[in-house]
Amino acid sequence: MQAFTKRYPVWSLIIALLLAIFLWLIFAPWSDGMEDVMGRKRVFLNAIFGGVTLGALYFLVASGFTLIFGLMRNVNLAHGSLYLLGGYLGFEVSEWTGSWFIAFPVVFVLVGIVGIVLQNQVFRRMEGEELRQTMVTIGLSVVIADLMLWIWGGQSYTIYSPDWLSGPMTLPIVSGVRSSGEIIYLKYPSVRMAILFAAIVIGIAMWLVLNRTRLGMLVRAGVDDREMLAASGVRIQYVFLAVFAFGAGLAGMAGIVGGTFQSLSPGEDTRFLLASLVVVIVGGMGSIPGAALGALIIGLSEQLGLVYAPTYSVVFTFLIMALVLAFRPQGLLGEKQ
Amino acid sequence: MALAEPKTTSQTLWIERVPPIWWALMLFLLTMPAWANDFFLFQVMGWTFILGMIALSLMFLAGYGGMVSLIQMSVAAMAGYMVAIFGASGMGDISMGLPWWLNIPIAIIIAAIFGTLVGALAVRTEGIYTIMITLAIAAAFFYFTRQNYTIFNGYSGFNLVVPPSLFGVDWRQPMPFYYLTLGCAAICYAAVIYVSRAPFGLTLQGVRDNPRRMAALGFNVTAHRIAAYTFASVIAAIGGILLVWQNAQIAPGTAGIPAVIDILVIAVVGGITRPIGPFIGALIYVLLRTFSPDVLLAFGLSGERFKLLIGLGFLAIVFFSPDGVLGLWERWRTRRSRERDPLTGEQK
Repeated sequence: MQAFTKRYPVWSLIIALLLAIFLWLIFAPWSDGMEDVMGRKRVFLNAIFGGVTLGALYFLVASGFTLIFGLMRNVNLAHGSLYLLGGYLGFEVSEWTGSWFIAFPVVFVLVGIVGIVLQNQVFRRMEGEELRQTMVTIGLSVVIADLMLWIWGGQSYTIYSPDWLSGPMTLPIVSGVRSSGEIIYLKYPSVRMAILFAAIVIGIAMWLVLNRTRLGMLVRAGVDDREMLAASGVRIQYVFLAVFAFGAGLAGMAGIVGGTFQSLSPGEDTRFLLASLVVVIVGGMGSIPGAALGALIIGLSEQLGLVYAPTYSVVFTFLIMALVLAFRPQGLLGEKQ
Repeated sequence: MALAEPKTTSQTLWIERVPPIWWALMLFLLTMPAWANDFFLFQVMGWTFILGMIALSLMFLAGYGGMVSLIQMSVAAMAGYMVAIFGASGMGDISMGLPWWLNIPIAIIIAAIFGTLVGALAVRTEGIYTIMITLAIAAAFFYFTRQNYTIFNGYSGFNLVVPPSLFGVDWRQPMPFYYLTLGCAAICYAAVIYVSRAPFGLTLQGVRDNPRRMAALGFNVTAHRIAAYTFASVIAAIGGILLVWQNAQIAPGTAGIPAVIDILVIAVVGGITRPIGPFIGALIYVLLRTFSPDVLLAFGLSGERFKLLIGLGFLAIVFFSPDGVLGLWERWRTRRSRERDPLTGEQK
């Protein structure tokens, strides 16, 4: 951070200024003149919070994707299928046991096992052949998508969250002032806040594991130089298995989250695959903080675009990606290849 | 290549050097309308040539340029949309109704510009990154056409887009359409063969094999790659226009993610090392797609499972023969030739 501010003082200033304006827009009550220009503050706040929660969901999917890529150089284009599979399994488990919470560990383990099978039976056989691995994942995503269509059909499913998470909660953020002078606080679905909170916890936990533990050290060393790590006596295949299982399990859990606050249907797999692609391209391949930043940017741009320019919200996402590619091909927080 | 060949062959006419199997294939394809029924001509062969052309553009980029681009279907759809917008369609408010000699070139040029722009972005990256970026752009194109109503007419797209009746022939009749697609496919095939042997194509293959050395030799690597995208876009655009004419309509789903993946599947299954591969892949795909419901029903499965069949076939090919059906064929031939003595040619 300090090195960045020292190297690019002007950019740091601009970023800090933008952040300050943004925070002021969120916390300060808007005057009438501003509401005339920008619409109601409640709409703006809802878009912001929607964007942040969507970003949290994208982060859950994309962090596994980027971790797998960073370590194994394997673009797992079946990642979206793992997401949807997790969602469907979570739906079945929560229907069967009647508990939303039990679904998470069960799905994490089940989809993690699918990930282990994939890594051990498919990708290990063609290590180093990146293009072939990518093709295989494309074929797998076609097959898995059709199998899921076979089993669960074309209708859409919604997973119900427990009762105590289903209502709205009041946040200490002013959304407007009534004519009587009474201050209205923002109300927001509590399940979404819980998801946001969980994503932040998972993100911090991942950062801690990666930077403070022995396993994290192995993973980081593997990202930097696989051959050297293997040569120094580490059983790198086990590290690969662990990371693949974790990434797949995370995608599966994200499926439950996505099924709770959106819905599950065929086609969601490609949607989330695309989202994680864009997120890691913007944030930087193989970087967890990059995935977080990219997910936040893409989530916000999607929701703000949906509110203020509904026709072109997809184009914003795309434009951001094109701009990043044009000026910083390795991604915002990515390292030069 | 030409240097290594003995002098006598260069004195013979090029027409004499075409292997007999090609003459047989040509005769077979040209006389097909005499014995095949209309459904087979229009739906199976026409579609094969069209998908083959679009996959051929991918084969050119992947095989000669080393760039696996998933944008080709979107480029084709772009050309199709442009024909619908500048030409005549059922959507009178948007379509301009320009004559064919104006709207077809416009469509091809716009599609080529689109493909070139995407290429200019994609060549900043390499290998698997190219796949990801072109896939993301293709998805963006799909969502954009679905949401934009002023130009692309959103979800419903355009219908009643038909070929012009030139020379008093209705080109949507099975036989004329068959010859039209056959002719276009042959021209595209010949163009790819020609370009691959021209200095540009040879440079491109050099860039594929070793970009740094080519750059050191003074070639502009980026420019060659972008130009390859332009050339491939033109081929894809021709395929796209024919595709619109065949279906008489175009909608966002034409370039949806499944369609984009299908083109990759076709090219890889056929083999991306030689230009004939995509056409073989397209024929397999179209036959599977057309007839697998019947076969699946015969086995007591639902006819909708053809995707599973195609996916499994693709997986098998990628697993066992990375260079597609062509690779299988070549391996079989080398095995046969290995059974002969290389010096005397006698059977061992």
